[in-house]
Amino acid sequence: MKSLWQRLFASQVWRSMFRHGLPESNRTRAEAIFYNFFLHIHPTKVRKRSVKFSYTWGLGGLSFGLFIVLTVTGALLMLYYRPSVPQAYWDMKDLQYVVSSGQFLRNMHRWAAHAMVAVVFLHMLRVFYTGSYRPPKEFNWVIGVVLLVFTILLSYTGYLLPWDQLAFWGISVGTNMARAVPFGVGDNISFLLLGGNIVGENALVRFYVLHCFVLPVAATMLMGIHFWRVRKDGGV
Amino acid sequence: MSKDFNVEQTRDAKQVPTRIAFIKGRTAARVRKEDAEMVMTFPNLVVKEIIAFEVMVILLAVLSLIIDAPLEWIANPEHTPNPAKAPWYFLGLQELLHYFPPVVGGVILPALAVMALIVIPYFKINIKREGLWKEHRRETFLTLVVAVGIVSLVLLLFKVYAMVMPTLIMTGFMLTPYFIKREHGFIAWLGHRPLSWWVMTWFVMVVVVLTAIGTLFRGPEWGWTWPWEGIY
Repeated sequence: MKSLWQRLFASQVWRSMFRHGLPESNRTRAEAIFYNFFLHIHPTKVRKRSVKFSYTWGLGGLSFGLFIVLTVTGALLMLYYRPSVPQAYWDMKDLQYVVSSGQFLRNMHRWAAHAMVAVVFLHMLRVFYTGSYRPPKEFNWVIGVVLLVFTILLSYTGYLLPWDQLAFWGISVGTNMARAVPFGVGDNISFLLLGGNIVGENALVRFYVLHCFVLPVAATMLMGIHFWRVRKDGGV
Repeated sequence: MSKDFNVEQTRDAKQVPTRIAFIKGRTAARVRKEDAEMVMTFPNLVVKEIIAFEVMVILLAVLSLIIDAPLEWIANPEHTPNPAKAPWYFLGLQELLHYFPPVVGGVILPALAVMALIVIPYFKINIKREGLWKEHRRETFLTLVVAVGIVSLVLLLFKVYAMVMPTLIMTGFMLTPYFIKREHGFIAWLGHRPLSWWVMTWFVMVVVVLTAIGTLFRGPEWGWTWPWEGIY
């Protein structure tokens, strides 16, 4: 049995995918990192201090983990959802009562979204209290603040999509806040967001596009830059 | 701006190619003493990441099995709920709107908060992070009292007791090391907190208090309700 595994790991097919052997020596452990597309953002060695859980609480990584959970559950939810009035609401009802595990899917997405707002905020606090915004990481802190704003916007645009009372009035309250920007700018922002003067079908479509495409793509780009800069500035 | 460090070289650089850096003050993280014991990223970090992610997914799944996401009746513009609440992370803002005019509570204060967060790393005082009471104790004391006085007066004018309370409590903690000098223990620790620490902690306290009030203590007409009377 063991030799079978060894033959598999030594085979040409396996080696064409993973160019290193089993991570049994420090050399192959390093190769496991830098020959791997997903892991090569990490250095091959890290400071023992910075992988201590009580130093970072893993909050940055968990924010990204929540983003992955939200992307997967969100893509599945998109299969059962049409952003139109009143169909959006009946699709919610179908998720509850017709689709297998539909309610579970929605629950996962909802709770992960709430958790992400909290975890990203806590990540910001951790970075602040450990002084990790100091040079040369000043600009990465700025990107991080923008990512916090994006997280809130992602959560907020998703809040309208179920098209229930909670959604409708939550968004009405928020866009009324935007109206308070003086010199008519607020009215324009609100009109642009809603595609009209009240929360209606145009608003639903706009929030849907923002929530499922524009904001996730923008946030993904910023996350890429954020992680890359963490690494370039000597972090994990 | 004074330089943070000097670099000196011996005269015969060919023979003794050693550079010595004298670090004059606590500055950037990159000139910190190299205390680093290194470990291999695989498995030390990668395994931790995988475990953390899996624990998180399990917790989310359990939570999703126990508690259902809310779904109320279909959106109806004719029927305004009382109170109409935004999602929880905006309830601090909504609470501010209750006290201040919309331009102040809905636009100026949140914009200032985001801007203040962004500029943190661009001020030397936030980089050095020296204890608030390290030097210029008298001037610091006077400035602090005047600043807190003005802020509290403005807040009292608008009857924002929810912000006055955390402000005064924080000020109490800030002033304790000024009056009671200790070498060890909690008060000494407080004395070593830098200004940025105090401001951020105050900000977090205000955010938490306002959000908690907006979420748990506000009912019809945005009036005060206790959580056991129902959460709206």
